[in-house]
Amino acid sequence: MNENKVIKDKKKTGALGKAYVGLLLIFFYFPIIYTVVFSFNSSKSLSVFSGFSLRWYEKMLNDNSMINAIFYTVFVAVVATAVSTVVGTLTAIGLSGSSKVLKIAINQINNLPILNPDIVTAIGLLMFFSALTVKKGLLTLLLAHIMFCIPYVILSIMPKLRTLDPNLADAAMDLGCTPFQALIKVIVPEIMPGIMSGALIAFTMSFDDFVISYFVTGNGVNNISIMVYTMSKRINPSINALSTIIIAIITIGLLVANILPVIKEKKEKTK
Amino acid sequence: MRRFKIMVYPYAVWAFVLIVIPMIMIALYAFTEKGNDVMTFKFTLENFMQFFEDAVFLNVMKRSLFIALITTVICIILGYPCAYIIAGITSEKNKLMMVLLITIPTWINMLVRTYAWLGILQDNGLFNTILQALGFHAIKIIHTDFAVVFGMVYNFIPFMILQIYTSLTKMDKSYIEAAEDLGANKVQSFLRITLPLSLPGIISGITLVFLPAASSFFIPKLLGGGQYVLIGNVIENQFLTAGNWNFGSAVSLIMAVVMLFLMWLTKKADRDPSAERGF
Repeated sequence: MNENKVIKDKKKTGALGKAYVGLLLIFFYFPIIYTVVFSFNSSKSLSVFSGFSLRWYEKMLNDNSMINAIFYTVFVAVVATAVSTVVGTLTAIGLSGSSKVLKIAINQINNLPILNPDIVTAIGLLMFFSALTVKKGLLTLLLAHIMFCIPYVILSIMPKLRTLDPNLADAAMDLGCTPFQALIKVIVPEIMPGIMSGALIAFTMSFDDFVISYFVTGNGVNNISIMVYTMSKRINPSINALSTIIIAIITIGLLVANILPVIKEKKEKTK
Repeated sequence: MRRFKIMVYPYAVWAFVLIVIPMIMIALYAFTEKGNDVMTFKFTLENFMQFFEDAVFLNVMKRSLFIALITTVICIILGYPCAYIIAGITSEKNKLMMVLLITIPTWINMLVRTYAWLGILQDNGLFNTILQALGFHAIKIIHTDFAVVFGMVYNFIPFMILQIYTSLTKMDKSYIEAAEDLGANKVQSFLRITLPLSLPGIISGITLVFLPAASSFFIPKLLGGGQYVLIGNVIENQFLTAGNWNFGSAVSLIMAVVMLFLMWLTKKADRDPSAERGF
């Protein structure tokens, strides 16, 4: 009797818990779904869906500044991801063989942009670039993005390096590899999962960044976030179309990143 | 691995130039007079005096910290049960699925998601339209404190949930079994074992919620309206509109110091020795 009650209680809290988590998930996804749905609205209204249309996408495609923003966002994200992944990987490998002092110093410096509020990093870069009289634009945007991406790449690779056998590289070289070959053929494949997750973090960080980009860019070089921010002062449903594109790209990227390893595993199992 | 240590040096130089020097510049600007060339420094405390002597700025600071505090408390209260429930899911696959579902929104642009709430919560937005359709009066939500806190909780609560979840899953379940074997009931074992052991998760959750909430400037601008000013807006304004970089640097330095102090206080409050063992 008593035991039955306990089981019943457990089921009750289980259902309640599920309902609670479900509500939170609705809370998280509601604005995302809202944006996607209303980007296809045929009227200007943000509250009444009056029918399916692609007019806001058409408007977006005819708006040069929006197209440029999409281009710059993707371009900067791709370049920043590529550069920061390569540099971050090499630095992380180098760090694992460095003295403790250097390790601590680099880690502390890397913590600065991670722990500082974005706005502090942003104004620091803004003042730095203007002290050097570098024109604000694509170059400053790229440099800033690479700068804040690298620490995350290093951070996601370091744990993999810690579990790596320190003699692995020496063994490869004893067997006739050049140091470069040992690096590319032995060490990099071993830490590949860390590199991949570092690249993924770098891409989304760059793709989603608003605060730092907003301060360091200029000369009409805007990314999607800046466009949304500056256009948000007036009701403009083409922002929803632009937002939907961001949502689509990130969602596809995440799905690929999460599903690929599963498929790979399954393939390996069937082998 | 020793052989590869030279690969650190290029990045060391880069990090010094692009991370350390800008930080030094903020400090330099904060302590120098306005209108100086970078090369001729005239040191002054004027920028700090201006901040502390003006009730307007002090009130903005107070309000920023207050809003961030409320946001953090709500995130803990709403986030803890969620993390607890997810950590209690028995199927490993479902558990990871839930973590993924909580994580995905955080990867989607914050600005885009906050802008969406603007459309939903507006005076004639989706929420009020539904309210009126149901026969209720429309409520003023946008451009209130509530809207700002709402937007912050929305943006930052996933970080709280994930931090608490991580500390809960790292916990040794045998402690709870032991407590229950020794006669503790569910509430007692939760309060005496689970909660203290998940404290490190709450603490790092606080860091991830409080800091961005206190310094955010686009959430108050979008949801609080143009007149709604938090400390982040003051900094933005000094740099991009008013053009007083020296004062702006001083304000961000004050903000950074206040936050560091608060974080140090939070960490100190966490006397639990398990924190040091790296739970």
